[in-house]
Amino acid sequence: MSDTRSVTATAEDAVAVTPPIRPARRSPALRRRLELTVLLTPPLLLFIGFVLLPIGIAAYYGLYKWTGFGPLTNFAGLANYKIALTDPAFQQAILHNVIIAVLSLVIQIPISIAVALLLNRGIRGRSVLRLLVFAPYVLSQAITGVMWLLILQPGGFADQLMQAVGLGSFVQLWLANLNIVLYTMFVVLTWQFIGFGIILLVAGLQGIPVELGEAAALDGASGWQTTRRITLPLLGPTIRILIFLSIVGSLQVFDVVWIMTGGGPAGASSTMATYLIQSGFRSYEFGYGSAVAVIMFIVCFVFALVYQRFVLRRDTRGALTRAVG
Amino acid sequence: MTDVSATLEAPAIRPGPTGHLRRRRRISLMTPLTYLVALLIVGITVVPLLFVIVDGFRSNAQINTSATGLPHPWVWSNYRSLLTSSAFWQPLANSAVIAVIATGLVVGLGSMAAFALSRYSFRGREGIYLLFAVGLLFPINAASLPLYLLLQKIGLLDNLLGVALPEAAFQLPITIVILRPFMRAISGEIEDAAVVDGATRIKFFWRILLPLCRPALATVSVLAFVISWNTYLLPLLVFTSTQHFTLPLAVANFQTQYAQDTAKILAFTALSMVPALGCFVLAERHLVGGFSGAVKG
Repeated sequence: MSDTRSVTATAEDAVAVTPPIRPARRSPALRRRLELTVLLTPPLLLFIGFVLLPIGIAAYYGLYKWTGFGPLTNFAGLANYKIALTDPAFQQAILHNVIIAVLSLVIQIPISIAVALLLNRGIRGRSVLRLLVFAPYVLSQAITGVMWLLILQPGGFADQLMQAVGLGSFVQLWLANLNIVLYTMFVVLTWQFIGFGIILLVAGLQGIPVELGEAAALDGASGWQTTRRITLPLLGPTIRILIFLSIVGSLQVFDVVWIMTGGGPAGASSTMATYLIQSGFRSYEFGYGSAVAVIMFIVCFVFALVYQRFVLRRDTRGALTRAVG
Repeated sequence: MTDVSATLEAPAIRPGPTGHLRRRRRISLMTPLTYLVALLIVGITVVPLLFVIVDGFRSNAQINTSATGLPHPWVWSNYRSLLTSSAFWQPLANSAVIAVIATGLVVGLGSMAAFALSRYSFRGREGIYLLFAVGLLFPINAASLPLYLLLQKIGLLDNLLGVALPEAAFQLPITIVILRPFMRAISGEIEDAAVVDGATRIKFFWRILLPLCRPALATVSVLAFVISWNTYLLPLLVFTSTQHFTLPLAVANFQTQYAQDTAKILAFTALSMVPALGCFVLAERHLVGGFSGAVKG
């Protein structure tokens, strides 16, 4: 950077000899500062105003018992946090987030890897397939929710389809059965998000040099051995990023659940976010809701930091780049 | 903390088509299985979408008796009545206005910040960058309630800006994280040459750097647009009058309001998918690259 400035100076000196040197020297520094101010102030204002400030507001309001009207007078200390953390409904919601996260790890990600490995084997119509697999991801979660709500209506499309293929006896009240509704949500979320993982993994696979597999084959490795010992380890960075994104996503699930069940019946499909809106916003307990929002922030934030610190750290810079075609 | 930025710093775009050096595989036993799996995936993905689109062409009576197969006869009235009323067009326009404002803001301000953070050296530069990068970890859904309180205070409730501004703010981190390495990678000699030719820093930014960053700018624009287009919770809290509803909000609202008219809800849902899917088909490459940097949900 300093090189650039010296170039400026010499160039100006060469062209215009007459103007005195002093102001010419001082003004670039001033100018630079002015430029930086102009460039950085608006984005910083927007970011601080609408990202950091709300978090500060939540941290502050969370200390009060407040219903959204009038001044904050009823200081409650950490009472809101205590109520939230001991509320069985909130604990249940957190548990649901964790269940969704675990299911994503043990079901979604292995399926994504298997499918990605298969798709990587050169197949006709690959670009179309890629397009189709990724398509649900770009739909609004709200619209996905409405779509599945209609599909899963009792006697609706899903039930009729199952009856048509002879699976009629497995038909359930997909959204009303307390024991099933959470897993229904998981299926819908999987439908929307699994394509994303597959695309990420396929891109990661394309970054692995073919020669490695060929060399292993020459040395007598079977296809499975090559996959296990060479492909999967090299795919590690992509898989670790995918795990990260899956868990962060699972902690924030809202739209689909809110539209399909509202977190019900009887909280059987609630998540932290639906609890937040239900108990904070809907019942005008803004102080309490703020505390819940802070807890949600902390959960996401702590997870992200821990994961970054202990898992992603060993991946070199650019793990993402390689993962993305 | 630095790790956060380190892993996410790499540009999520690489110009050029993917996998152009694809290997040619001999036909093996796995091939039929591969095609079977591919077919299965296509089925699972496409059947629900087809159901929505096709059943929009039925009457409610037809849906109740048989929701599968082709409609007999095809009923056009659901789509026709929606396409001729403001129920569809008004939220479409609202979504578009909000997405355009949010995208314009985030791409404009994001490239300014990325420029300052990539091609100037000054004290506190990495600190500011880290501040933005940490923003990646804050989900807009968790912030929705405090955002509501903030918007209430500054009088932006039930205002399109009340949704567009926070959306832009929450997109800033990923935009800067994608743009900064891209801008940094552009050779300093180009800048020197511009300066020798008498261009100011700002002129260099505007006339030379931004055009060179076009692929990255395309990615962040598409990313910001689609995310804004799809956001549900924030508009749900901010808008009280239906005339401001965005498309996802309008569909969900329509569903609760006309719960009995399944056919029309299906048609509405199908129509509301068209812009997103169309945009996706046109901008697929930018999206696939960009989304990997964004957090799902």
